[in-house]
Amino acid sequence: MSIYQEIILEHYKNPRNFGTLKSPSKKTSVSNPSCGDKIGMDVVFTGKKLMEIKFSGQGCAISRAAASLLTEYCKGKTNEELQKLDKEFMIKLLGIELGPNRIKCALLPLEALHKLL
Amino acid sequence: MNLKNIRKDFPIFRHHNALVYLDSTATSLKPQSVIEKEVEYYEQYSANVFRGIYKISERATSEYKKTREIVAQFINANKPEEIVFTRSTTESLNLLAYSLGRKIVNEGDEIVSTIMEHHSNFVPWQQLAIENGSTFKVINVNNDGYLDLDNLKSQMPASPAGRSNIKSAAKNSNLEKLKQVITRKTKILALTYVSNVLGTINPMKEIAAAAKKINPNIMVIVDAAQALPHMKVDVRDLGVDFVAFSSHKMLGPTGVGVLWGKYNLLQEMFPFNYGGEMIQEVYVDRTVFKEPPLKFEAGTPHIAGVIALKEAIHYLRSIGLDVVRRHEMEITQYAINLLLSEFKGQLRILGPRDVDHRGGIVTFTFANYHPHDVAQILDEDNICIRVGHHCAMPLHESLRINATVRASFYIYNTKDDVEKLVEGLKKVQKILR
Ligand SMILES: Cc1ncc(COP(=O)(O)O)c(C=O)c1O
Repeated sequence: MSIYQEIILEHYKNPRNFGTLKSPSKKTSVSNPSCGDKIGMDVVFTGKKLMEIKFSGQGCAISRAAASLLTEYCKGKTNEELQKLDKEFMIKLLGIELGPNRIKCALLPLEALHKLL
Repeated sequence: MNLKNIRKDFPIFRHHNALVYLDSTATSLKPQSVIEKEVEYYEQYSANVFRGIYKISERATSEYKKTREIVAQFINANKPEEIVFTRSTTESLNLLAYSLGRKIVNEGDEIVSTIMEHHSNFVPWQQLAIENGSTFKVINVNNDGYLDLDNLKSQMPASPAGRSNIKSAAKNSNLEKLKQVITRKTKILALTYVSNVLGTINPMKEIAAAAKKINPNIMVIVDAAQALPHMKVDVRDLGVDFVAFSSHKMLGPTGVGVLWGKYNLLQEMFPFNYGGEMIQEVYVDRTVFKEPPLKFEAGTPHIAGVIALKEAIHYLRSIGLDVVRRHEMEITQYAINLLLSEFKGQLRILGPRDVDHRGGIVTFTFANYHPHDVAQILDEDNICIRVGHHCAMPLHESLRINATVRASFYIYNTKDDVEKLVEGLKKVQKILR
């Protein structure tokens, strides 16, 4: 099965929450130097709840789609809920099987999110 | 030998008959004869070398020694004792940084390398300089993918392509800028013969001569990992001091590398690893080392691999390196033309345009498609290419590119492979557009 499924391509071509926030309560960036991918992430927390999130940067279809899907999922969740998200969650969210080399791409946005919690 | 039926010599095509292998720069495929030679050792005379006074050990030793002779002939070394077996190009170069670098480079001295190096011919020198307070200088590349050594811009030989097989860039250039980099303090010039990203064939003989004119004591060290498999290399004719290469990129087994060095220089260097086989006599308070090459071959070597390298050289010779080179030039030219005409304005090829100055390597960026996605989609159709920075991060940084796509060619590749690559790239466009 190709990993370039409809949902992945749709989020790659029209990423949700792409850009930066004017006054984020926290921001971070992560990178994968071996493929040159970089993801920046801005969030606004109100109390314990994540109210707003945006991501920016360059990446492959997988990392971009993963960031888009993840940021969509995150809104309205509490810090505690978000801390529980892991590799298995990302695989389920994307709905595709990824080899050892590509799983890194899918995990990059999660790494950014975890740095903000 | 005819290249037409050559694929039948490579058993991997029996296991994957639709395989389009375009990553020989990373490692080459192996012919049956090389695989059989390795098996022969394990099945028929798998004894240690130099040690046993019994027949199978003597057989192993003689096969091992024979390989040293064959390698020496292949690159026109002065004698077999100038050939040191290592694990890889990487190890050969690290050996030099350790055993030669620590001997001759002192605080205040200079080491010169280039921005187009593979990390294995960059990091050891950079680290040596950091360690001992010498200066690490780096020659840049210009926009056309040539070393920036020349004030007379792009003065290329005007001879028609294909007349001489092994022409390298900037033949009649004056290498003026070398004087700005190399000085009397420069102890080492370490550079690649062929860039594994740009494909550029550096004018090694001219550079070595020019460097030695500025400083007769300079040691010229050549990373020939991408040259040896693809074109005739005559180490004496080059006028350099050391040459490193890997068996696995020239149809041979993995785990075997070669370091060639002028014998008197090898004698003067520090040993590398200490241990068995590299010693003459050991006492409680001192050790007498063997002469090169054994001085640098401590421990049990990769015997089967070394022996099978002999077979790889035999295979390459039976084809003829001029045939190899011509075949690669033809495919490379075809690939460049086809890629540029099919993907006008979308695809940017790095490195020299003239295949006279370029090995069988075509590295490019493709629109704004991420190289990982390109590789993954091509893999769906069994097309193997390499993406990333190809162990040449300083080069990519200097070009301000994160990652590139690389297709590389060898004797078993055909124009059909190039066409499949183009079809694959069209599919990439269709999916990611
Ligand atoms: C130009 C160049 N130098 C050095 C190396 C390192 O070779 P090895 O991995 O066999 O040590 C490579 C391999 O990719 C190369 O292309």
